[in-house]
Amino acid sequence: MKRFHYLFKDRLALLSVFIITSTLAAGVFAPWIAPNDPEEVHMELRFASASWEYLLGNDHLGRCVLSRLIYGIRPSVLWVLVTLAISLGIGTIIGFISGYFKGKIDALLMRVCDIALSFPGYVMTLAIIGVLGVGLENILLAFVLMKWAWFARIIRTSVMQYSNAEYIKFSKALGVGSFRIMWKHIVPVSLPDIAVTSSSAFSSMILQLSGFSFLGLGVQAPQAEWGMMLNEARQVMFSRPELMLAPGITTIIFVSAVNFFTDALQVALDPKLMSVTKKKQGKGIYQAANLHGKA
Amino acid sequence: MGGYILKRSLLAIPLLLTISFITFVLNALSPMDPAEVVLHAQGVPRITDELLAETRRALGMEQPFLIRYFDWLLSCLQLDFGNSYVTGKPVWSLLGPAFLNTLQLTIISVVAVIALSIGLGMISALTEGKNLDKSIRGVAFVLTSMPPYLLAALLVWYFSVKLDWLPTNGMDSIQSYILPVSVITINYAGIYFRIVRSAMLANLNEDYVLFGRACGLPEGRIKIRLLRNSLQVAISVFCMAIPIILGSTVVIENLFAWPGLGMLSVKSILSRDFPIIQAYVLVLAAAFVVVNTFSDIINALINPKLREDM
Repeated sequence: MKRFHYLFKDRLALLSVFIITSTLAAGVFAPWIAPNDPEEVHMELRFASASWEYLLGNDHLGRCVLSRLIYGIRPSVLWVLVTLAISLGIGTIIGFISGYFKGKIDALLMRVCDIALSFPGYVMTLAIIGVLGVGLENILLAFVLMKWAWFARIIRTSVMQYSNAEYIKFSKALGVGSFRIMWKHIVPVSLPDIAVTSSSAFSSMILQLSGFSFLGLGVQAPQAEWGMMLNEARQVMFSRPELMLAPGITTIIFVSAVNFFTDALQVALDPKLMSVTKKKQGKGIYQAANLHGKA
Repeated sequence: MGGYILKRSLLAIPLLLTISFITFVLNALSPMDPAEVVLHAQGVPRITDELLAETRRALGMEQPFLIRYFDWLLSCLQLDFGNSYVTGKPVWSLLGPAFLNTLQLTIISVVAVIALSIGLGMISALTEGKNLDKSIRGVAFVLTSMPPYLLAALLVWYFSVKLDWLPTNGMDSIQSYILPVSVITINYAGIYFRIVRSAMLANLNEDYVLFGRACGLPEGRIKIRLLRNSLQVAISVFCMAIPIILGSTVVIENLFAWPGLGMLSVKSILSRDFPIIQAYVLVLAAAFVVVNTFSDIINALINPKLREDM
């Protein structure tokens, strides 16, 4: 766990981890945290400014903005996370099969990836929504359909790079099973690549989902979602611009936190950094020599 | 080199065929009967079985699936994508102009993105670690974390409503390009300038820079070489950026009421106008493949190492 030591030495990274985890927790425990019912309409409180009962004020139907923000975490963040996990799972399995076994199966799987990747992300999503209809679940389905190929590509490259290493050949010569080699020897070294890729995909997926909701193609009223709240606020943008602030700033803070976490993760998991520490311990001379040749 | 270009171009053909097939299948997967959609869209009050059968025949629905696919593919190659379910007009008469409008927006934005990212990337790499570099990266960081539509809304609110300098939407004059182009540029330049920056930083440590300095070459000439070598990486990234930006103008177009593909597609999705959706997906995916093929060829021209892969 030496790697996480680096991560936590960086204060900003620590702050972003805190923001991410507390947002996730707030989303999971939304019914207990939210002060009011997010869908309860109070026409007499339209556009009311902040009060003790409604800390962030009320929207165009008098609904509690804070509660809507908290409930909005579920579609905006939690469901995106689930989608990410599914597409990452598929991508990892295909990437490992492709990168480890190579040959014909690799060629076949990569052609399938080529086809999946030849539809631009937004176009694929629009096509799925067009065919299956408007709704959050169709957007998430489209995300899975297009992201798995992307993950498979990157993980395949990473696995290939390691599967030619001497220690893998040694294990094969000893007669260790393929599955065991992958699990014991390749997963740990390719984990940094997987972590950085998925973390950066997370923030772009959040932004994309909120973009589709903003267009009215995602979450349907009266359910709360950040992009959707911004869309509702846009209707009254000229008279009440302040309504855009709460969902806008929340999105920016959360996405920045994820982006920052990605950057910090990249630095913390950088193998070059690892080899420097190892060199200090006097073990990684061979590795250091290798690195010198590359750099 | 000629062999590489030929091979790479031929590789695009099976890909295009598969794409067209998937696009066609996608439509067949729809839970709704096209004949019913057509009748609904035309506002027919009572839908009888006879009417349904008649519409199906008019749409050629009773023929076998593969025959319908080949018929459709042949007419698509002649830019005949059928008629819109809603207005009855030929799809290409709606899609063609929209495609040109989106292409215009994309090309202008891509030029702006490239100029801004190379400029900022250079400044930021040459002042690495100083305050200027830090502030450029800080601002870019916040701007890329911002949903593009929020940025657009803020700009519209400030420049169009408060100052009344620029139009809020439409595509009437040169001024109406400014806001959509700047939103796209700010969003993507924030990502791509980092690539230019890191390519330059990696090159700064190369031996030829040290050698040039040791020989006493003027700093300006060293920097020009540095830039030329760093641009190799940047060019391959920018080639990828063109189709990405082309596909992702949807949100911006809808916000600024830009009469392009993004607006057309969202409108057709909401009215379930399948021929337009189908043609939209096919045209953009084909454009994507063509641009990708070109960018691979350009990359191979610049970097001989890539030719060995084929």
